[in-house]
Amino acid sequence: MTVLRVMDVHAAYGPIKALHGVDVEVVEGEIVALIGANGAGKSTLLMTICGNPRASRGRIEFLGEDITHLPTHEIVRRGVAQAPEGRRLFSFMSVVENLQMGAVSADPRHFDEDLERVFTLYPILRERRDQRGGTLSGGEQQMLAIARALMGRPKLLLLDEPSLGLAPLLVKQIFGVIREINTRDRVTVFLVEQNAHHALRVAHRGYVMANGRIVLQGTGRNLLADAEVRRAYLDGGR
Amino acid sequence: MRARAAAPPSVDWARALKDAGLVAGIVVLLAIALAGFRIQDESGGPPLAYRFNDVVAAALIAFLGRLGIAALRAQRAVPVLAGALVFAIALSGVLVFGADEQLLPFQSTVLNGTIALAAWMLSARAAWLVWHAASETSTEVREARMDRLSAQVQKLAWWVGPLLLGLAVALPFLPWADRRLLDIATLVVTYIMLGWGLNIVVGLAGLLDLGYVAFYAVGAYSYALLALHFDLGFWVCLPFAGIMAAFAGILLGFPVLRLRGDYLAIVTLGFGEIVRIILLNWYAFTKGPDGLSGIPRPTFFGLPIAREAPEGGHSFHSFFGLEYSPVDRIIFLYYLALALALLTNLVTLRIRRLPVGRAWEALREDEIACRSLGVHPRNTKLTAFAIGAMFGGFGGSFFATRQGFISPESFTFLESAIILAIVVLGGMGSQIGVVLAAILLIGLPEVFRELNQYRMLAFGLAMVAIMAWRPRGLLAHREPTVRLYHGPPDASDGGPRA
Ligand SMILES: Nc1ncnc2c1ncn2[C@@H]1O[C@H](COP(=O)(O)OP(=O)(O)OP(=O)(O)O)[C@@H](O)[C@H]1O
Ligand SMILES: [Mg+2]
Repeated sequence: MTVLRVMDVHAAYGPIKALHGVDVEVVEGEIVALIGANGAGKSTLLMTICGNPRASRGRIEFLGEDITHLPTHEIVRRGVAQAPEGRRLFSFMSVVENLQMGAVSADPRHFDEDLERVFTLYPILRERRDQRGGTLSGGEQQMLAIARALMGRPKLLLLDEPSLGLAPLLVKQIFGVIREINTRDRVTVFLVEQNAHHALRVAHRGYVMANGRIVLQGTGRNLLADAEVRRAYLDGGR
Repeated sequence: MRARAAAPPSVDWARALKDAGLVAGIVVLLAIALAGFRIQDESGGPPLAYRFNDVVAAALIAFLGRLGIAALRAQRAVPVLAGALVFAIALSGVLVFGADEQLLPFQSTVLNGTIALAAWMLSARAAWLVWHAASETSTEVREARMDRLSAQVQKLAWWVGPLLLGLAVALPFLPWADRRLLDIATLVVTYIMLGWGLNIVVGLAGLLDLGYVAFYAVGAYSYALLALHFDLGFWVCLPFAGIMAAFAGILLGFPVLRLRGDYLAIVTLGFGEIVRIILLNWYAFTKGPDGLSGIPRPTFFGLPIAREAPEGGHSFHSFFGLEYSPVDRIIFLYYLALALALLTNLVTLRIRRLPVGRAWEALREDEIACRSLGVHPRNTKLTAFAIGAMFGGFGGSFFATRQGFISPESFTFLESAIILAIVVLGGMGSQIGVVLAAILLIGLPEVFRELNQYRMLAFGLAMVAIMAWRPRGLLAHREPTVRLYHGPPDASDGGPRA
């Protein structure tokens, strides 16, 4: 079943056009990666799926329902969670309070269970539960951002550069957890990455974006082997 | 004496003198404007008299004081200690033993006292530096130390709070609680309540509201008009007044909450003025500048607190068979204010733990993140506005019933500014901070009414001092609203990592 279908979507920031007709499809149970150069429009696509900025043309469907014109909080309530670019934690709030904020659109009865789940996923967060978000290390902040997005029991998780600024070991760990979320909790994942090598290895499928358009798509393995992709995003970039 | 080994930094005297001169110049300008003239009542003579001596004395003291501070910074503590100590002893001596008035720098005892206190403080600081021979601590270190202190104060809040509450409840029965003290206490408690109400909007939700007095006014007029036209009592009207104020909050919030920061502040400022001007000009409804009088006093569950029982009924005293004393009504009003303030505090504390309260704080930090988590920003802000306004309305009703008379004059921008100052100085979002700030800003100036014309000056000085030393407010430290697994925090909270 198709979870997310993006059809010919255009989006712009005022006069600056960022997306020029993007088509993307994410099927239930998949991990799909989106890679591309800086400024290609990857973050914009994730944000547009959540309705900010709005698609000026085209159509976005979530579980078969048209969400193109829904307000952001409605989209989130339907089961789309996003860990936006730059983490955007609540730095003055404790870890637990951040997680509570992640659960605002969820059934409060599930809170304890969900908390236990993300603490099992990221034991370090349990240790730091009362520490302020802003004083966590970069890696811990990234884990908290993902954990917070998971607290809403999303059907589709949108991750923007989860490995940004992390040490190689932590990058591995983050991708390990993404895979675990996907297989064990059956969350469909659509993730944006600069770290193409890792992303394409965990992803079932991938898209390559350039200048606001999808220029290439295929299975993760095929993209990894593709000469064009290797030249542009992998060689030397490791 | 360790630090003596390191040579003290050389003093840049030219710079220090220039700086002290500049400060003295500013003091002259301010003093001429504030205290240099005195309006004379005597007929015949000129309407204004100069007070040249005061201005000169002020400039001289500022010059020397500044020089002393500069010398302290350069670790030349001994001469400063000597100078300041001589000055402090001399001034205090003249003050205490009432020697020749001509020796005092100012005509006002309070001002002389303040200067003497400042001199004592400077000597104490110098003495500290002499004994410890320590270098001046950097601003960051001091900030961090103060932050730790305020964190500790907040940790103490669980017994400071009940202690203050106990004191507040017992206040009317303390031996020195006379009528005047109770009146002041009632005023302070009213402002604490207003501060807590505005704290929801400004401190928690981070919406800078410069027109809070509008809701105060709506509450006061709602109660007064309902009571006068429909002959209703205080307790019946109170919820209505709160609802009307909350409604006003929603009315204002709906169009303006898409604005941010400065723009929101300006629009709310305008709203406060609009409400006041409507009250002033809608004569048929509000009696305009004449105000509304004869507003009924509050009752104790229907029993009036009065000497005479109403016809065919009971007063509070006749019902309980007590002796009436005029101070009882003041005590009753005080407890009423206290009850309303506690209600505000309880509701705030409770709401902070609810999802909506958490969303307020989160919105203040990052609106985009909130949206991406499914928070509805406008509705969330509206609830903050409405609830804050509701408590403003309760405060207004209390004001109306206490005064018995209201007019638009009581609801000027200055009120909003004072309430905001209480919230900001207390440390945004800190409940205990509001209490301290209200005592400092409302209570002290009232207690020191003798200061008369210098009262506002002292108010301003206190503000400047707090802004200089505690730029984030007295108690700027946020405690998380939840702690899981009560018990000793194991994996160290914020400490160095293992
Ligand atoms: N808020 C904004 N206002 C105006 N232009 C923007 C805004 N955000 C992004 N853009 C522009 O839109 C284009 C796409 O940006 P986007 O953030 O989607 O790139 P990206 O693919 O995520 O890049 P990166 O890998 O560097 O994160 C860029 O040219 C950028 O300058
Ligand atoms: Mg990006």
